[in-house]
Amino acid sequence: MANVRMHVLVCGGTGCTSSRSLEIVDALRAEIKAQGLAEEVKVVIAGCFGFCEKGPIVKISPDNTFYVQVTPEDAKEIVAEHIVKGRKVSRLLYVDPKTTEHISDSKHMDFYKKQLRIALRNCGFLDPENIGEYIARDGYMALGKALFEMTPKEVVDEVKKSGLRGRGGGGFPTGLKWEIAASYKADQKYVICNADEGDPGAFMDRSVLEGDPHSIIEAMAICGYAIGASKGVVYIRAEYPLAVERLQKAIVAARETGLLGNNILGSDFSFDIDMYYGAGAFVCGEETALIRSLQSERGEPTSKPPFPAESGFWGKPSNVNNVETFANIPVIFLKGAEWFASIGTAKSKGTKVFALAGKVNNVGLVEVPMGTTLREVIFDIGGGIRNGKKFKAAQTGGPSGGCLTEKFLDTPIDYDNLIAAGSMMGSGGMIVLDEDDCMVNVAKFYLGFTVEESCGKCTPCRVGNKRMLEMLEKISEGKATEKDLGRLRELASIIKDTSLCGLGQTAPNPVLSTLDNFYDEYLAHVRDKRCPAGKCKSLMQYVIDPAKCKGCTMCAKVCPAGAISGKVKEPHVINQDKCVKCGACFATCKFGAISKR
Amino acid sequence: MINLNIDGKYVKVPKGATILDAAKQLGIEIPTLCHLDLHDLGVVNKAASCRICVVEVKGRRNLAPACATPVTEGMEVHTNTMRVLNARKTVLELLLSDHPKDCLTCAKSGQCDLQDLAERFCLRENRYEGGAQSTYKKDVSPAIARDMDKCIMCRRCETMCNDVQTVGALSGVNRGFNAVVAPAFDMPLEESVCTFCGQCVAVCPTGALVERDYSWQVIEAIADPDKVVVVQTAPAVRAALGECFGMEPGTLVTGKMASALRQMGFNYVFDTDFAADLTIMEEGAELLDRITRFLSGDKSVRLPILTSCCPAWVKFFEHQYPDLLDVPSTAKSPQQMFGAIAKNYLAEKLGIPREKLVVVSVMPCLAKKYECARPEFAVNGNPDVDISITTRELAHLIKRANIDFMSLPEGDFDSPLGESTGAAVIFGTTGGVIEAATRTAVEWLTGKPLDDVNFTALRGLEGCREAKLKVGDLELHIGIAHELGNARKLLDSIRAGTVEPFHAIEIMACPGGCIGGGGQPYHHGEMEIIRKRAQAIYREDEGKTRRKSHENPDIIKLYEEYLGKPLGEKSHHLLHTHYFKRHKI
Repeated sequence: MANVRMHVLVCGGTGCTSSRSLEIVDALRAEIKAQGLAEEVKVVIAGCFGFCEKGPIVKISPDNTFYVQVTPEDAKEIVAEHIVKGRKVSRLLYVDPKTTEHISDSKHMDFYKKQLRIALRNCGFLDPENIGEYIARDGYMALGKALFEMTPKEVVDEVKKSGLRGRGGGGFPTGLKWEIAASYKADQKYVICNADEGDPGAFMDRSVLEGDPHSIIEAMAICGYAIGASKGVVYIRAEYPLAVERLQKAIVAARETGLLGNNILGSDFSFDIDMYYGAGAFVCGEETALIRSLQSERGEPTSKPPFPAESGFWGKPSNVNNVETFANIPVIFLKGAEWFASIGTAKSKGTKVFALAGKVNNVGLVEVPMGTTLREVIFDIGGGIRNGKKFKAAQTGGPSGGCLTEKFLDTPIDYDNLIAAGSMMGSGGMIVLDEDDCMVNVAKFYLGFTVEESCGKCTPCRVGNKRMLEMLEKISEGKATEKDLGRLRELASIIKDTSLCGLGQTAPNPVLSTLDNFYDEYLAHVRDKRCPAGKCKSLMQYVIDPAKCKGCTMCAKVCPAGAISGKVKEPHVINQDKCVKCGACFATCKFGAISKR
Repeated sequence: MINLNIDGKYVKVPKGATILDAAKQLGIEIPTLCHLDLHDLGVVNKAASCRICVVEVKGRRNLAPACATPVTEGMEVHTNTMRVLNARKTVLELLLSDHPKDCLTCAKSGQCDLQDLAERFCLRENRYEGGAQSTYKKDVSPAIARDMDKCIMCRRCETMCNDVQTVGALSGVNRGFNAVVAPAFDMPLEESVCTFCGQCVAVCPTGALVERDYSWQVIEAIADPDKVVVVQTAPAVRAALGECFGMEPGTLVTGKMASALRQMGFNYVFDTDFAADLTIMEEGAELLDRITRFLSGDKSVRLPILTSCCPAWVKFFEHQYPDLLDVPSTAKSPQQMFGAIAKNYLAEKLGIPREKLVVVSVMPCLAKKYECARPEFAVNGNPDVDISITTRELAHLIKRANIDFMSLPEGDFDSPLGESTGAAVIFGTTGGVIEAATRTAVEWLTGKPLDDVNFTALRGLEGCREAKLKVGDLELHIGIAHELGNARKLLDSIRAGTVEPFHAIEIMACPGGCIGGGGQPYHHGEMEIIRKRAQAIYREDEGKTRRKSHENPDIIKLYEEYLGKPLGEKSHHLLHTHYFKRHKI
């Protein structure tokens, strides 16, 4: 085997790929070959590094140089300078916005400093399509330990002791879930991996599957051993082609290596995994709907009990965990449950991955210990609010979550604190809002999503959420009254109380949480017919300040609706009845005479 | 047993019971809408989707659907707190906010479960009226009319169509607010695998699925001075029609019905039972023929013979078992036999052309509407049966004709197509056709009169039944299935060779047979109603002086005067049919 002295890791996650990272790989390989270095320098398509804001990312090991926003055209220089001459290409290094210093090693960047990567431990560090690299990083050792040193009950107990809770939304204790599934006797049981990640903006599961697929296979096998299941099922979104491809390859490689199939590692334990594709329904992330979908039925939740642990896939006991939950499992066995339980807060152990997005400087995938504050995530890791604007709220928990205001900035993030603050962990979406965001609009956006994604089975979700959305539309159009706000709140609470599944029970959360935290903003819409953030088009007016208007007629010329009139060199006026609020006049006026009101 | 407390009262129920079951035991009537439980017939819809039945369970975060929540030891349930009542009221307001308010002209008015709830909840305004209501095109087939604007997604129809009947014509389509139950790709029901059994209509709580109403055509025909209008009524109708006039389920109204029909102006009031006796003559002869040939070593004989009286079952096997088209009896159904005899024999007797004769059938069935429109049952475009109406439509016609049904005298059917035996009456319930056939076949086989005509082994409401009858040296193996899902089970097990070979099998599409047909008065989920109708049918049989089809004097006369003999040339031409291969999806 050739002695490889250097690895060039290029992010092959979906985000960087769409920014031409695969072209970078080709360019690097061509250049390395041209320089005659193909034997000693290896280019690896790695998983997501998380710092999507600065993608595409190229990392060179062993010196851990972290290049950001690389283009295929940069390949030549990277090879010629860094690889051949050992000189770093400083223009491609990350620049610290505070100190303006060039930082070469990612561990010194604010974005990574406070992160602790457990679920994402291998993402960006190995070639996900090479099982050997996973094994070299202690892969499948946890499975070996479970199979040969522990009884199934001890495996369950270890997970229980770790305090791991489901990362998919509900936060149910994983060990307890395994224990319940293990307690049922059946001729067949199933381990189901929920890879139907659907929260808008969340992509941690995709990143794990793309960057470290073997960790999921290993964890599912451990779970199979623990609960007595010989079959595993991955329910994965068909809209994740890269994740599908990598997981498929990983399953084949695991089978070929004897890590899936009969008598794994020579033990009595047999386990194999099948993949099923979701057809793009958010509700299929709900475990009973997921199971129906697996059975080729309409993806609709069913009443619980019975829970899947008792009667799941084909009526057999089934344990459903999501990707991120599984990604934590091997580490718990390698480093021990005590180590895992030492991270986090009293009732929330380990770390949580957040998909940081919105009006924050560093968007990307962030993994922090439970108990990290919102301020640390948004201001330290996220680098603060874009364009120096003021922080308004952080929306967490996806469409089922709520908005956290400034007063919660220093609250340690964990399952229970988020619920107490009127939001939830969800799958870890975190969207940062600034002063320009209208909270009615935010509620409308999330509710619009759930209305679209409701399966339509139960009345409160099917009709109730639609009615709430209509009320929100009325509010943002200035047609609602204060009485409507009361009705909105009442309907929201009844939908929570009566809906069949988690989707309906949590759909009103964005409405309730914005009503709770931003009631004044709602009042401004209904009482003063005004949108303080200036986002609600129907409530906004463009007006011309006669003192500043020179009568140049430019605005009247660009107005597509013929709404502006006035004589040359005399102040113009906008006819509000005709105005379509396109903003053309506002953009055209050279004298700053037009303003939004 | 599980102990729990509901509204302060203690109750003990078996494990697996729901809160709804337990409450019922205490006399607490929790309102339901989507829930349906005809347990003895295997018909259970536990979608828990409407959320009308929500109750408060101590220690539970949200409200629980009583219909689908199993009881647990020590459970404390409250069914009428402010929280519960407000939730129910809101759920109902939401349902109504997406429902047309055309109760006055709705076919389901007075029988609508949603309307009943609105009345029960004293709803006087709706706080949650919404703007856009989803609008679907109406789908009208020869038998069933669908108006999905009235669908409340209870999924009862889907349960009937998929789980009970295994037809699979209806399923949920679209998402969220636009979700609705429809055939795949929103194709018209007529183009789908629908068998028109009408069980979806029988259980629909609103006016979303109703029969296609032909009652006005009946009024027009009677009013037409150029037409001679005759009516035939199926056996199951007389055991249920009374319910529409407030009579106890299971009341027989044969005589009143005949009087009402005469008063309405039909020229002749006949009986489908006459044609049922005729069916036994033909089907019995066919059974005898196949068995005799089989016993003499003819390997080409297809056994078991399957009955063919039920048009939904006929359409079902045409779609689902196109390779078995030569197995069922070729005998037409009683409705169509009647039509063929009326339009030929009777028209000749009356000296009028067939076009002048209008044959109306009153059926417990929706598939009969489809059946009489099948092109092979028409001569030069003139159908043997012109109009088929349901028991429910007949009740409406009687009311419209200002007839006080309760005070009517006991009338009688006209001659010659009105005479019938007890064997014909039991066609109306599951097992009846095969019992009637057995009465005749056994006498023909042995040449000796039966000691006892009651073959009780063939009776009951179990979905799949079998019985062995000793007839001379032969042991007749008979199977019975009602509900198409049970029929499928039976056929598949015959195919798989997991059951002993049968000689004859009776199949009826509807739960309980025709008494539970899609055209009968709505049972609103009451199992007892179906049971009582069955009892009434057997009562009618017992009261008859003649209880074997081949002893019907008018049938004997018909063969002497006109048909010749069973399976003869004329019979073959008028009373037998053939089947068509149809697509599977």
